Amino acid sequence: MTGLRVSGYGKIDTSRTLRFRFDGNSYFGHPGDTVASALLACGVRVVNRSFKYHRPRGILGSWVEEPNAIVDLIVNARRTPNCRATTTSLLDGMELFSLNGYPNAACDRLALIDKFARFIPASFYYKTFIWPNWHIYEPSIRAMTGLGTASLDWQASFYAVQQNIDCDVLVVGGGAAGLAAAKSSAQAGKSVILVDDRDAFGGWLNEGNHTVENISSEAWIRKQIEALQVAGARMLLRTTAFGIYDHNLVTLNQVHDDGRQDTLHRVRARLVILATGAIERPLTFSGNDSPGVMCAQAAASYLHRYGVLVGKNIAVASNNTLTDEVSAAMRRAGAEVSCIDVSELDNVTYQHNDLKLQLRNGIRRSVDTVLMSGGFTPTVHLHCQAGGKLDWRDDILAFVPRSDLEDVWTIGAAAGEFNLARALESAFESASGRRTKLGDRSWHLQSAWPIPNSKGRQWIDFQNDVTLKDIELAARENMVSVEHLKRYTTLGMANDQGKTSNMPGLAAMAAITGKTIPETGTTTYRPPFVPIPLGSFAGTQSGELFAPIKRLSLENEHKASEAVFREYGGWLRPAWYGRGEAQQHVQREARIARTSAGLMDSSPLGKIEIFGPDAAKFVDFVYYNTMSTLKPGAIRYGFLLSETGVILDDGVLSRISENHFVVSCSSSHVESVTLALDIWRQDQFDADRVFILNSTAQWATLNVTGPRSKDIINSASLGFTVDDDALPHMNFVSFEGVRISRVSFTGDRSYEINVSSNEAGDYWKKLTNAGREYGACLLGLEALLILRAEKGLIVVGKDTDGETMPHDIGFPIPRQKKQKEYVGKRSLFTDEANRADRRTLVGLSVDGHPLATGSHVVQHQNSGYQSIGFVTSSYVSPNTGGPIAMAMLREGLRRIGDTVNVYHLGEIRTAVVCNACVLDKDWERLNA
Amino acid sequence: MQIFKCPFCGTRNETEFRYTGQVGKLRPEPASQIEEGEWAKYVHFTENVRGPSREIWTHMTCGEVFFMTRDSQTMRVLATEALRRDTQ
Repeated sequence: MTGLRVSGYGKIDTSRTLRFRFDGNSYFGHPGDTVASALLACGVRVVNRSFKYHRPRGILGSWVEEPNAIVDLIVNARRTPNCRATTTSLLDGMELFSLNGYPNAACDRLALIDKFARFIPASFYYKTFIWPNWHIYEPSIRAMTGLGTASLDWQASFYAVQQNIDCDVLVVGGGAAGLAAAKSSAQAGKSVILVDDRDAFGGWLNEGNHTVENISSEAWIRKQIEALQVAGARMLLRTTAFGIYDHNLVTLNQVHDDGRQDTLHRVRARLVILATGAIERPLTFSGNDSPGVMCAQAAASYLHRYGVLVGKNIAVASNNTLTDEVSAAMRRAGAEVSCIDVSELDNVTYQHNDLKLQLRNGIRRSVDTVLMSGGFTPTVHLHCQAGGKLDWRDDILAFVPRSDLEDVWTIGAAAGEFNLARALESAFESASGRRTKLGDRSWHLQSAWPIPNSKGRQWIDFQNDVTLKDIELAARENMVSVEHLKRYTTLGMANDQGKTSNMPGLAAMAAITGKTIPETGTTTYRPPFVPIPLGSFAGTQSGELFAPIKRLSLENEHKASEAVFREYGGWLRPAWYGRGEAQQHVQREARIARTSAGLMDSSPLGKIEIFGPDAAKFVDFVYYNTMSTLKPGAIRYGFLLSETGVILDDGVLSRISENHFVVSCSSSHVESVTLALDIWRQDQFDADRVFILNSTAQWATLNVTGPRSKDIINSASLGFTVDDDALPHMNFVSFEGVRISRVSFTGDRSYEINVSSNEAGDYWKKLTNAGREYGACLLGLEALLILRAEKGLIVVGKDTDGETMPHDIGFPIPRQKKQKEYVGKRSLFTDEANRADRRTLVGLSVDGHPLATGSHVVQHQNSGYQSIGFVTSSYVSPNTGGPIAMAMLREGLRRIGDTVNVYHLGEIRTAVVCNACVLDKDWERLNA
Repeated sequence: MQIFKCPFCGTRNETEFRYTGQVGKLRPEPASQIEEGEWAKYVHFTENVRGPSREIWTHMTCGEVFFMTRDSQTMRVLATEALRRDTQ
């Protein structure tokens, strides 16, 4: 192909020049050019090497269907991999690289591979490199084949804008049919969005000299756009509708050629009209992948859109009369054009930038370009994604959408209407909602599908290097279903998703198996229609914005005390206080909390209020424990179960008054527990007699724990004091809107002060000041976990899992005694729940360094080991003076005192099974 | 992304909703008189109707539990209605 720019054609601005480099050489183009049109105009013939055989490849198509011309590009020092040269607008200073040539596409050392092609058919690599392990060979094979090079600094700058739009009618495709349908709909008073992935509306009308409704196509397009503007329609160019989802959600990706990130639009349309056009199919003949062999309509596109004549000496091989127009246009532009009967064409070879044609009658001819057309494939992707079916039409040799979707209509060439008049008729139908009988079509085509067992190498999938022989091989190995064929040969699996190859491929399989094409069927169409940058899906939802974190009202106070923050169950909380080595601070805090006191911000603890005359009945039902016997002012520890009997959450319940309770649940389970309770309330109770309110965020919870906790509270000038008679363990008192609960999460005497979040700062300041006099410390989450583990106090979800029931962790009484019905009750008495060898909670005592959390307790079985449990928590305790651990162990309680083996990363250590509570076994510290 | 209509809040994205259960499936009680098989059926088995299906859903952002009839084949929402009018 020796492309050249011809005057009088194209819509590019030749008054300005854009310079760019391709594989190290300098070229130039003009504003309005794509990378592909500029390369063609500069006479670049070989733009890439093929994926597997490293064959030289030229440009085949002119838009999204292009399988060969894939490049990496650098703009403004940013590298973007795998860009389609045909759809990428040319920018000044662009640096382009072909993907698969070493060192470049024009001259590739690995071209030698093609000489061995017949030894490496489909699935060769998987069959050959199976021993001892594919992964040994994978890296070097991938390096020889792979696609573009991703750049790591790309991601950081990628924040695509995402927008939601609602409309009556979304028209996808702004060609003749799309424009007409959009205009009619907009003029009927509907809100209309019209999108097209090109940089101008008009579609196929821009690729020839046409007359529409008695005026030139250019004037007609202008008239439609003006009418759409007057009617208030929204029009988006460079915007691809790449997916359609439930309830008519259509996703659009808009490209900005000024260097901005793409924009993602989520459109909810009551009616979607698909005017997505059709894609020309290549012919299948020997050497059809030679550089210089191109689809006919693509050549028309390059001429009329960009003023590029793709060759001077052109042979046209086509199975249809629609190509006559292209031949005439090439002639008018100055090319010498000869037409070849499709059935006469034997093979094409590429030699010294020329193409040698061999016809079946023995005649040889030399040309610089071959234009081919095997008919048109309607672009039915969105129709199929929406769940629509396809019908085969023998008269046009194509699948067309069945009219089976109420709110997704297909019109124009996408519906198989390749004649302008009929395409327009179908557009007006869609706007009016009435289907009519269309006029006769005025063009013809003959069948020209791949012929099995013909000689030479005939390409079906250009991008993934799948030939007709590969499909024959797949058929011989019984991969006859199109879905198997696809995965076995990788037909249609490249980033062009088989836009030019799927139809020839399945037609070949149909011919081999003796079935018809509709019997053979198509593979499934899935989004996205074209490759979409991951950044468009992510938008700004990355990093902290992906899952916004919850913050404490006292965060600034903690920062002033040098807190180091970590995320715990969605909350940003102090892990420990103090700079430098973490363990040292964690150990110090855990020690001081037992010797003096620790102050802790427990505000994320759930506070779910339950009110109403049926509140007591309700808590009895949702709790494992009997709660209605609580006296107002008292607190009880209990479990919430799911109907499977598994522990959902643990925590304390306070009875504020006869008809008012407060559920205190784990900080990370507040939302799920609130929802579970509310569903039980509405499902099983009279929703007028019991109410639920999650008031977690309104309250701050300040915790004082340790032997000096009472002294600290009483000397802090809080406006109240506490004494053990008025406030014994598991009771609370209220004082002017402040609730002081005597509950313990550490096993020590502890107080929980619940105040309004607004007043928390004042209380925290007073408590920390008073604490200083008693040598108390600020207590982070890490030290709290140690304190809990010392007492064998579990953390639900860490020490328990999806099988743990209350009687597994030492709470068997309600199961034995509670008569009333409660959530999960029946599940606690199944054969499984009754098993004597269930895993139960125990402690493990070891010497030396602590056990690894997650390591398994094992016993010998046959020649190996069998797991009988696992470590759920493991810490170094400053208060017991060594490592401590909790584990869920099969028949754990029976094994107390036994020595067991603990396996971790190939190493086995011994540990002694003990009670989970290893400090203050008589719980005397609660009142110390 | 489907759009559901909460009887109280109006139309919202499906991400705000949670499937809650099958209509007419009663909780077998009391536990002491329920066979293991019957209980397992209640806990683990849900009908998977093809076509119009009446279901219980929860709009998580407002907390209301309601009935929704939807076509499991076309994904069309046929009707939503408040739970309580039905129970009274």
